[in-house]
Amino acid sequence: MTTLPEKTERKLGLVIDLDTCVGCHACVISCKGWNTENYGSPLADVDAYGENPVGTFLNRVHSYEVTPDEGTSQLVHFPKSCLHCEDAPCVTVCPTGASYKRSEDGIVLVNESDCIGCGLCAWACPYGAREMDGIEKVMKKCTLCVDRIYNENLEPEDQIPSCVRTCPAGARHFGDFNDPDSQVNKLVLERGGMDLMPEQQTKPVNKYLPPRPKDTLGEIDILAPLLKPVAEKPDTFIGWLNKQLDKI
Amino acid sequence: MHPSPSVIIFTALSGLGFGLLVFLGLKMPDVTGVLAFIFFVIGFGLAVGGLISSTFHLGRPERSLKAFKQWRSSWLSREAIAAVFTLSVMAVYAIGRIFFDYDIRILGVVGAIMSIVTVFTTSMIYAQLKSIPRWNTKLTPAYFLSLSLAGGALLAGQITFCLLLLLISGIIQLLVWIKGDRALALSGTTIESGTGLGTIGRVRAFEPPHTGTNYLLKEFVHIVGRKHSAKLRIIALILMIGTPILLLSLSFSHFLAALSVISHISGLFISRWLFFAEAEHVVGLYYGKR
Repeated sequence: MTTLPEKTERKLGLVIDLDTCVGCHACVISCKGWNTENYGSPLADVDAYGENPVGTFLNRVHSYEVTPDEGTSQLVHFPKSCLHCEDAPCVTVCPTGASYKRSEDGIVLVNESDCIGCGLCAWACPYGAREMDGIEKVMKKCTLCVDRIYNENLEPEDQIPSCVRTCPAGARHFGDFNDPDSQVNKLVLERGGMDLMPEQQTKPVNKYLPPRPKDTLGEIDILAPLLKPVAEKPDTFIGWLNKQLDKI
Repeated sequence: MHPSPSVIIFTALSGLGFGLLVFLGLKMPDVTGVLAFIFFVIGFGLAVGGLISSTFHLGRPERSLKAFKQWRSSWLSREAIAAVFTLSVMAVYAIGRIFFDYDIRILGVVGAIMSIVTVFTTSMIYAQLKSIPRWNTKLTPAYFLSLSLAGGALLAGQITFCLLLLLISGIIQLLVWIKGDRALALSGTTIESGTGLGTIGRVRAFEPPHTGTNYLLKEFVHIVGRKHSAKLRIIALILMIGTPILLLSLSFSHFLAALSVISHISGLFISRWLFFAEAEHVVGLYYGKR
């Protein structure tokens, strides 16, 4: 059914911290690995060892230069995957019902055996979250690792999306946005979590935490190296020792 | 957007075919027997040919029957249903006209209305997409419908209607281009809103996620052809609108009519190519492209 559920019981999604992300692409690789070896058809690489390799990825990391009106530019690494939107335009356009949003947890999925590969869902997504597989010719997208998060054969700490489990910087967080006490909701509140392209009215579930303001060093006196040491009369153990040794 | 030949051929030809079926359903021209056969073959040929062409666009055409299921939400599904329904109604109507010299009026009228509905559903596949601001406007259905009816009138030999509809199509086409050129800027979607980093400052794509290309760039970012868009727009307008109006106003002969048809269809293909090639998908912004 390609009509969207009015409300989902849980609202699973990611919080991505643009302040912490170091742009290492580990999430990209772990995502590609997990989703090639597990649920659904593998993520194709066409001409993998040739001149023009083109691969299917469910998660990609961009890097942006941000220049304020005053001050220096900064580099922001920007991982982007499906945002599991509440008003997912990719779902309603699907003619076959292959695309759907689950009412129990809000995950947007593709039933690959129903997908005719028309590509309209990828056209409808403003974020570029869906990619047509180069070999299987069906639409691939982030599943929020639906085959990990409910998989009781895995250790509890592994029952989270592969990208979150892998991130060495702790820049990715997974949780239920319907639960007011969840870690993801706290992060969004504390850090001002934001929607991407709010004007597209997709109501994304995934939120992005903006980079924190850069530290500033304050005023530095250029004569500082020439000034006298601050601790003229040290009163620590070293100071006491210094005094005792002077007496000898 | 990538101007894929299968989609250009599909929208152009099926538009013409259903446009012709509108006029045939309304007994313009009032033909039976062999003449009716020829007209209906052209109408069905274009409409069905276009629809078949659209399946070449599919990754898994063998599953295309599944596309009839989701009419509640999907314009593509609605289009598939509308097209098959229209062609079925028209087929019965055509059999009556060709073989029995019999006019099942209700089927003709329903078929004509449904032909217009079918073209409308096609246009809504594009017009519904917020992610492509140039298409996300009421002008998109107006553009598809006016050209479908103008082409239909031309093929049906309805000169007065054709001249009027060509004029209307020309005006709508100009509006589509003029308004379309500002659509992305007016949509409010920018690389700043896309990254949420606009509150810090100006955002520039510094490094793409990969060194090669990908599906998104191939499908949604088409820059090469836009270079000649001004020239192509003029050529499209001259071939699609100007030449047929001129030729049909001179005097009526089958030769001039045939020339008008060829000119109109050539112009239509250029116009439809531009419709896709010039459309900017907002995902391009993430790559610093449009």
